[in-house]
Amino acid sequence: MLDNLLILTAVPVLNVQLLLDGLFIGAIFALAAYGLALVWGVMNVKNLAQGDFVMMGGYIAFVMSKMGIHPIFGLPVAIVLMFAFGWIVYRLIISRVIGRDMFTSLLATFGLAILLQQVLNLIFGPEVQTAESGFEIRSILGGMVTVADIKFISFLLTAVLAAIVVTFMKFSRMGQAIRATAQDARAAKVMGIDTDRVYAFTYALNAAICGAAGVLIAMIWVLQPFFGLAYSIRCFVIVTAAGLGNLPGVIMAGLGLGAFEQFGGFILGAEFQQAIVVGMLVLVLLIRQFQQGRQRQAVV
Amino acid sequence: MVATSTSTTNGLIECQGVTKTFGGVIANNDIALNVPEGRITGLIGPNGSGKTTLFNSIVGYHPLDSGSVKFKGKEISKLRVPQIARMGMLRTFQQTRIYSKMNCVENMLVSVPHRRETYRMMFSEYAPEVTERAEELLEFVGLYQKRLLISGDLSFGQQKLLEFAMALMNEPEVLLLDEPTAGINPTLINGLIDRLRRANEQMGITLFVIEHNMRVIMGLAEHIYCLANGKLLAEGTPDKIRNDKRVIDAYLGGHA
Amino acid sequence: MNLSPKTLAAYAAILVCGIVAPFLFPNYTFQLAMLWIMILFALTWDTMGGQMGYNSLGNIFFFGAGMYICAVVQIAWAGYDVAEYTAHFGAVKIEVTYAQYYGGLMVGLILAALGCVLFAIVFGHIVFGLRGPYFAIGTLGVALAAGELVGTWDYVGGGGGITVPFYPGEPDARSLLYYFLCFPLAIATFSFLKWLYSTRFGLAINAIRDDEEKAEGMGIHTLRYKTIAWASSAFFLGISGGIFGNMVGFVEPLEVAFPTVTFGIFMVVMALLGGKGTLWGPVLGATVFHIIKETTWTYMLGWQWVALGALIIINIVFFQQGILGWAQEKWPERFGIKVEGDDSGREAG
Repeated sequence: MLDNLLILTAVPVLNVQLLLDGLFIGAIFALAAYGLALVWGVMNVKNLAQGDFVMMGGYIAFVMSKMGIHPIFGLPVAIVLMFAFGWIVYRLIISRVIGRDMFTSLLATFGLAILLQQVLNLIFGPEVQTAESGFEIRSILGGMVTVADIKFISFLLTAVLAAIVVTFMKFSRMGQAIRATAQDARAAKVMGIDTDRVYAFTYALNAAICGAAGVLIAMIWVLQPFFGLAYSIRCFVIVTAAGLGNLPGVIMAGLGLGAFEQFGGFILGAEFQQAIVVGMLVLVLLIRQFQQGRQRQAVV
Repeated sequence: MVATSTSTTNGLIECQGVTKTFGGVIANNDIALNVPEGRITGLIGPNGSGKTTLFNSIVGYHPLDSGSVKFKGKEISKLRVPQIARMGMLRTFQQTRIYSKMNCVENMLVSVPHRRETYRMMFSEYAPEVTERAEELLEFVGLYQKRLLISGDLSFGQQKLLEFAMALMNEPEVLLLDEPTAGINPTLINGLIDRLRRANEQMGITLFVIEHNMRVIMGLAEHIYCLANGKLLAEGTPDKIRNDKRVIDAYLGGHA
Repeated sequence: MNLSPKTLAAYAAILVCGIVAPFLFPNYTFQLAMLWIMILFALTWDTMGGQMGYNSLGNIFFFGAGMYICAVVQIAWAGYDVAEYTAHFGAVKIEVTYAQYYGGLMVGLILAALGCVLFAIVFGHIVFGLRGPYFAIGTLGVALAAGELVGTWDYVGGGGGITVPFYPGEPDARSLLYYFLCFPLAIATFSFLKWLYSTRFGLAINAIRDDEEKAEGMGIHTLRYKTIAWASSAFFLGISGGIFGNMVGFVEPLEVAFPTVTFGIFMVVMALLGGKGTLWGPVLGATVFHIIKETTWTYMLGWQWVALGALIIINIVFFQQGILGWAQEKWPERFGIKVEGDDSGREAG
């Protein structure tokens, strides 16, 4: 562990490599986390199947690349398919847990997560997969730092997707209805908004966002049926750290988590990757509790 | 004028300069008041004038921005809800809160005072006297027949009575009641007022009551504080408050 | 406690069944022992989730912690250096005498129980500030983190795991030994909880479940109650972990000690299936679940986990009250729940 720290100080350019990798992957975390913040904020559902939606999107890209289609075209396909999938899941499961106690939605989506990861496992097997983009890998800073073109492209795509979603939420009728429902579902209902449809759309939109994130992850990182839970936890870490309805916070927390994981994984060793993720979860919850517990206050 | 009257009596609850803001909105601004022992004190004010916020500040739900709250001469503004409750100050809620999946007797039993609870008591069964007392109090509020029903199935008014009985079970020294008559069938209000008075006279419990129903509070309280826009507007005997022009303006003239 | 002859007979019947079962079905001793462990799982989860409203997804942590504590103590008791032993990755076989074996097992189980109680107290003070979904996710995080971290801890064998000392006698005798540890342990857990729920403690944790803020407002020492509830769950889970480690013979972090998505979630499902917040619900749920699982699992050719996910969803979405909860709704009077006031007795005051 100390050796690795020494390497970082001896070869400072490695820090740049880790930081870049962290930011590239962190941007995708932020995208998926934004989806979680959306369903959490609008319909108060803590979606533990979040990461499994990401994995599903990733496997869509993987299948396409196996079929000889460039995985980047998986983006629109995954968005459409996952949107439909999200809508169905809402109709079958989520619509029945909305408004019940919070553990219900958490456990129902946990059940969904187990179901999805096992189905993926049955179809694709437990091997680690990736969807090759075939793009070039560039060296910068005298060959010490490598940046795959696909990472850069995925970073741009993430930004574009985020911009589209934000614009949609701000200016479209549905986006406004979603925001109104988030603020006060009953008032929105009284004002004639079909909240059930808004919920269905929100959940489907979240699934689509996750699907898109999954496609990008398939191209720049790896897929595995059981990695979904880690992504769900990452999303929870980011949303808990940033708070609901705080887009800049989600972006910062996402990028930060990505970088933190890269550095942590390098310093402690790759076997600590998962431990870092869950460790961050415990840490973020503790900090949150510490902040709240400092003084007397109402727990609502 | 306000200052002289508060400094002369030694109250069970004494508030000095209590200020509480929520993100720029001043809910309570420099409030000083005094709840004397063994009496019934009223707190009135238009909607949004900060009455419930003041209750929450006193019993420890949130930190104060500034000011002091004393109970039996002890500073409690840094203490939290359970600690204050164990000192003998309880509050009831505007939106009634009971343990809705338990029956009425169980609700009462679990409300026994926890001041001197030892670890051994935690694992003992309730003494027959305690059950007896619980049933007595349920009878006192008129819920004896319903004592074995799941409390969540009671009507709102009955739940309110149950909550009141639970508070009495806890043997508090002072009880803060947040709108005890709201949502209660008007025909039952007189009975409730009578019970509040008996709790005060026979059990020696000091009462501090938020109330919207003017007829109720004027007949019940000996001393009334009136809040408006987060500030203490007036105080005095019911007669004095009734004729105070500022109070009448605050109620009729809105928040201008 | 006064029990009617009928109830006494029922208890006696269960005891007799428990005693003769491994002799009637000698090939299934392991599965029968597992049934008692499953009942213990569901009961201890329900103390927190059903009775107190704190839905933990990480109770499996105590199971794993107890398992590791017990294994390490047993190895040390047999006179081996743990670090050196694990460094050999199972190449060293620990031979012990009966006296050594029982001594190590007993001390191991006691320390496992005490260690888990200690963990519960420490973690309790940390995580009980988390409410609702944060508590569930936080405890899940603790259990997952424990599995990952133990997997990197070389002293206890890391991800490769650790082999516990071998039982010196016949395999059949070993199975019976562990069956007759699991069975009384589950009975003890049940009896303890039955007693606990009959005291003030039971009502107080029910009050915390129904409205914790109100309970605090009434002066209940909520943290004290919550910690004790968790510690008693941890006590029994720790012992069961120690026993299970020996039943399997090999302790490994992710699949055996901290199996969050199998045993960890089974606990919740079983308690919900039987009816949470009741004493018999978890027992019933665990029995039904275990029997279904053992009879169908191997025939589902990999689809069993999909079925488990579906079962969780159906259970939580459509049948949350569970078997006993459903029965209580249907026949409330049989469970001593009154639906109408009685007019006998005193007049209203």
